[in-house]
Amino acid sequence: MKRLFMFLPLVVAVAIGIFLFTGLGKDPTELESALIGKSVPEFSLQALVDPDQTLGTSVFKGQVSLLNVWAEWCPSCWDEHEYLMHLANDKGVRIVGLNYKDTREKAFSFLNRLGNPYETIIFDPQGSLGFDLGVYGAPETYVIDAEGVVRFRHVGVVNQRVWEEELLPIINQAKGNS
Amino acid sequence: MRFFAVVLACVFWFSGPAQAEVKEVYDFDTRAEEQRYQQLIAELRCPKCQNQNIADSNAPISKDMRDQVYRMMKNDASNDEIVNALVLRFGEFVQYKPPVDRRTILLWAFPAIAVIGGFLVVAGVVWRSRKRSQDEPELSEHDKTRAERMLSGQDDQTDR
Repeated sequence: MKRLFMFLPLVVAVAIGIFLFTGLGKDPTELESALIGKSVPEFSLQALVDPDQTLGTSVFKGQVSLLNVWAEWCPSCWDEHEYLMHLANDKGVRIVGLNYKDTREKAFSFLNRLGNPYETIIFDPQGSLGFDLGVYGAPETYVIDAEGVVRFRHVGVVNQRVWEEELLPIINQAKGNS
Repeated sequence: MRFFAVVLACVFWFSGPAQAEVKEVYDFDTRAEEQRYQQLIAELRCPKCQNQNIADSNAPISKDMRDQVYRMMKNDASNDEIVNALVLRFGEFVQYKPPVDRRTILLWAFPAIAVIGGFLVVAGVVWRSRKRSQDEPELSEHDKTRAERMLSGQDDQTDR
């Protein structure tokens, strides 16, 4: 019995080691969205391209879509844009854009230079929808199912790895359910 | 040591303007309201710059959160309502003080558990050492006289 007690510190050290080791690979800046499993918050905002058109949560109804939060001032958005173009053109992914705290002028110059992968773009100069979604750093990409429910959020650049490992499985799952 | 003092002085000297930068002007009717606001923004954590509260952070998102707190206060929202509104959007992460519920009870109880556990360990050690000293057999008559002889310096026996 006494012998066993001698190993107690070792057991404790191993337990703490395992606990800390599992945390090593995680990115602490990536937070899970509080909206997972909930509907996209109600909004009524202009379309970027056509100020007369008002968009609401109905843009997400009927199809599984990606919601990509972007802005001209956001450097990582420039990085990921090419991959978004690839997703929209070659993979036929429906991407809804949310232009976040930007101006029309800058947004248009961005799209003219890099192309437009978005089916629709919501124009949110005050960041009000962004705030309701809990956007804390563009770019952010949400998977939204055909009922308009948020399934997943990725914070940061979308690239091939993120697409294959994170977004695609959830999109397939969302498509399977509806 | 003097070098250290100079560095410290510099740090304090330059930190003044850096902190003053993030304060915007909000109007409050009473001093109590303002204190309530200050307390709220000190307890809410910035999701972008994770080790700052929204009072200290000058990230745009923190400003939006401060605006929201102010707006809700003006609309007579209670502290709980304000914190809930932000938790609904940004997740429980934004609370520096996690709520006490089933998932967090271990977290909250851990200091008490550690103190009680430590106390029990110390008590156990003391109790055992006391018991051991009581259990030790008294010296036999022969050993006692030998020890007395040794202490008075008359011992000439070398066998041990």
